[in-house]
Amino acid sequence: MESYLIAFGVGGAMCALAQLVLDLGKLTPAVVMVLFVVLGALASGLGVYAPLVKFAGAGALVPLPGFGHALVQGVLEDVRAQGFLGIFTGGLRATAAGLKAGIVFGFLMAVIFRPRG
Amino acid sequence: MDSQTRETDEEHLNYRRRARQTEPKRPLARNLLVAFLVGGAICALGQGVFNFLLTVGYTPKTAAAPLSIIMVFLGSIFTGVGVYDRLGKLAGMGSALPVTGFANSITSAAMEARREGFILGLGARLFTIAGPVIVFGATTAFLVGIVFWAAGTLHR
Repeated sequence: MESYLIAFGVGGAMCALAQLVLDLGKLTPAVVMVLFVVLGALASGLGVYAPLVKFAGAGALVPLPGFGHALVQGVLEDVRAQGFLGIFTGGLRATAAGLKAGIVFGFLMAVIFRPRG
Repeated sequence: MDSQTRETDEEHLNYRRRARQTEPKRPLARNLLVAFLVGGAICALGQGVFNFLLTVGYTPKTAAAPLSIIMVFLGSIFTGVGVYDRLGKLAGMGSALPVTGFANSITSAAMEARREGFILGLGARLFTIAGPVIVFGATTAFLVGIVFWAAGTLHR
């Protein structure tokens, strides 16, 4: 039960922070999404995002900074395993599941459903 | 500065001021609360999926990939049936920031662009919002990778 509350609190806090940036900066959601992926990647590089994932589980993995974190961790893993080439291979390897799911499911839904309104 | 540019600058300032006044007010406290509640609920749902994956033999590390597949699937299907965009109007970043919102940005763009054709409509515009997210995310990860590689901290 505790893991749900922590995921709720941490994930919700990240979304509220993003909302604050959206409203105060008068930005569009797309720009805030880009910003938070970049922030997640930087936090991951600084070593502060991995402990957050350990603490909050899906609360840190599900929001988009978790996507930035996965991009960076993939790069670091592949650099560890194969050196320089890993900088190129790691990011998309580690995020392949989510990206491919997004492409395929997005395509299928657009084939099946009509937009409303 | 000649008088011409000063005048256009002034017009521009006036325009900005009026744009600011006529822009609808954003009720900040309400927005923050709804974003927190909806975003938190989506993450708690994700935690349920995560906990389930751990019970069927995944580790916290290997569970991340199936977790994102399932969340992306949910975001896509609820966009397809027209629920997620309605949620988005209410919840703002609460529904946009989770990876379900990333899936929503792909699916709703694809659905909208389908009328412009399958290949250059749907196929091209699917990435209208997801594209920038991937480009800037991957480039940042690339730069972080360069720093670690150059520092040599990852070599054995």
